[in-house]
Amino acid sequence: MDRPVVELTGAVAVLGSFPALAGASLVVQRGEIVLLRGPNGAGKTTLLRVCAGLLPLARGTGVVLGCDLATERDAVRRRVGLLGHRNGLYLDLSVAENVRFWGATVGATDDEIDAAMDRLGLSGRLAPLPVRRLSAGQQRRTALACLVARRAELWLLDEPHAGLDATGRDELDATLRQAAASGATVMVASHELERAGSLATRCVDVVAGQVVGPR
Amino acid sequence: MASLPATSTTTTPTGPPTTTGTSTKATRLLGAAAIVGIVWLAAFGLGFSPADVNQRESVRILYVHVPSAWLAYLAFFVTAVASGIYLFSKKHSLGWDRLAGASAEVGVLFMGITLVVGALWGRLTWGVFWEWDARLTSTAFMFVTYIGYLTVRRLGGSHEQRARRSAVLALLAVLEIPLVHWSVKLWRSLHQDATVLRPDGDVKMNGLMLFTLFVGVIAFTLMYMWLVIHRQRTMAAEDALDDAGLDLAIADRKAEHQ
Amino acid sequence: MRATLRTAWLMARKDLRVEWRSRVALNQILPFAAITMVLFAFAVDRLPAAPGDVDTVLVQLAPGLASLGTVFSLLLLVQRTFAVESEDGALDALRAAGVDATAVFWGKTLAMWIQLAILSALLLGTAVVIYGIEVRWSGVALLVTTWLTATFGLAAVGTLYGGLAAGARGRETLLPLLMLPVVAPVLIGATRAVEAALGTGGTAIADGWPWVGVVAVFAVAFGAGGTLAFGPLIDE
Repeated sequence: MDRPVVELTGAVAVLGSFPALAGASLVVQRGEIVLLRGPNGAGKTTLLRVCAGLLPLARGTGVVLGCDLATERDAVRRRVGLLGHRNGLYLDLSVAENVRFWGATVGATDDEIDAAMDRLGLSGRLAPLPVRRLSAGQQRRTALACLVARRAELWLLDEPHAGLDATGRDELDATLRQAAASGATVMVASHELERAGSLATRCVDVVAGQVVGPR
Repeated sequence: MASLPATSTTTTPTGPPTTTGTSTKATRLLGAAAIVGIVWLAAFGLGFSPADVNQRESVRILYVHVPSAWLAYLAFFVTAVASGIYLFSKKHSLGWDRLAGASAEVGVLFMGITLVVGALWGRLTWGVFWEWDARLTSTAFMFVTYIGYLTVRRLGGSHEQRARRSAVLALLAVLEIPLVHWSVKLWRSLHQDATVLRPDGDVKMNGLMLFTLFVGVIAFTLMYMWLVIHRQRTMAAEDALDDAGLDLAIADRKAEHQ
Repeated sequence: MRATLRTAWLMARKDLRVEWRSRVALNQILPFAAITMVLFAFAVDRLPAAPGDVDTVLVQLAPGLASLGTVFSLLLLVQRTFAVESEDGALDALRAAGVDATAVFWGKTLAMWIQLAILSALLLGTAVVIYGIEVRWSGVALLVTTWLTATFGLAAVGTLYGGLAAGARGRETLLPLLMLPVVAPVLIGATRAVEAALGTGGTAIADGWPWVGVVAVFAVAFGAGGTLAFGPLIDE
């Protein structure tokens, strides 16, 4: 049995002086697609940022991809891909240039980068366009392509379906399932309750900074 | 380092620790010594020490100006050292960060006093408020730099973030100030200005005047220590309040879900 | 180490590519800088400074004004480069991806250096033309050295403090407050060195080289300091 990809125990994380996470515990195994459900302000985004190694833990322990969150956050960051509310793209550069840039930060080959763009349907007409001119859904796909190019082992997505039309959402789900099938682990925070059945292998509720429901 | 003085802390069952004040026997003694020092300084500075041959009575401003300047430099030295210790020690204890911050606040205050008093003295004795010499100019720059430092301390974020950002800034300031001083000195040496305008240029210090100055430095140093210790303790109390507040906030948040 | 250099080069190319696409420095900052040089001329009289002075007041002030113009341009460039990073959260994404902060610092400093150097050269060129300065060829080595070291030092300081101010409230006013005291040595040194190189106000070329020394020390100090400090400064 593999080590879990994420192991949080009693995690407390603060934003300013507010405990966005107030003692969250969670275990995620490799290849799972975990859907984090919960109302706004429940702490889903904070939970994702903690798993990404961005936010330090004020209390509790956490191990992500075998790295301790207290001491090895840098290592965690390199192997995890976080897609938040903003896409982290350079709006004046083209789709291809963005994906190439992010792939190059981990030394990805041209083939890998082309494959990443292919997978997200960005190889054709869209590739040379500046990101600024793309629709929200297309920008999101570009950001995902960057994740693929970076060979992220754990994908953390915060409301990724927002702003996508029905086709876009289905395509996104297909991409996520494919990622999980090829060995990555996916955690998605979403309001999209209908997705529960089609996308997620497990649903977890986040309420008032804690995780309730199946751990 | 920099925890609340144990003797004057009480805890109530449900709330954060309350303190009756930040003073302890040691600081009360220190404060008393500082007051004695200041009184002595006033006596000697205003009374017993002689008027200067050239400047007459206005030389007495020296007894406030020089100790304030000394204090300001001491304060910034302490800030730099404390920042270095915070960054490079294994424990990264926040007490050092609080010391750095408290010292910087006191330092900025006394640097302001130095500049103002110096300007007044300059006006009295030589008719000018300001002079472009290396020491004065780099002092002014130091003043602005540390105001920037204090601003950055208030940017928000966790205590560790605040500590790390300001520690780095303080060390950069240590890098920058000598550079400023050196370049201004080089600059002013181009212009062979009359050296009569140097702060202690034409004052002939006799034994009693030196002694008074010495008393002034000691008195101000005691005052500095008293101020910094108290400020540091209030900072510790503020930080503890934040932390204690965290426990309450966690409990509150958990209760949302009950 | 090689990985860091490679990533730094990647960052620099990315910054320059963004500028090339958006042309903000070219279309907005450069005209601003040029206008400032013109405004300086309005503010400063063209009459000879004192009887016996060969150069007008404006010409004597020119090195200082060009340095000032460069510093103002630096502020705008820094604001711009970090605005690009903040627009879609790219700097956050870089941090989230665990990209080496040192590489980010070197890359952004390099790109800033190149842009600032071009701006600065154009500024000085504008001054030479509209203030009526005669450039002497014997001073060119001094001029070029000053230009390169000063702009590098400024770029390093700009990237460092820009990173600090990037996420902060009131960043537009915080940045000048933090940076202007720090760049004073460069302002003094570069002005005196350019003065010597151009010979305005009768300065000899040999007088300029010590000033280049001051600027060079500054550049090295903040290059090194920035390398160490940038990571902790932008981290959460």
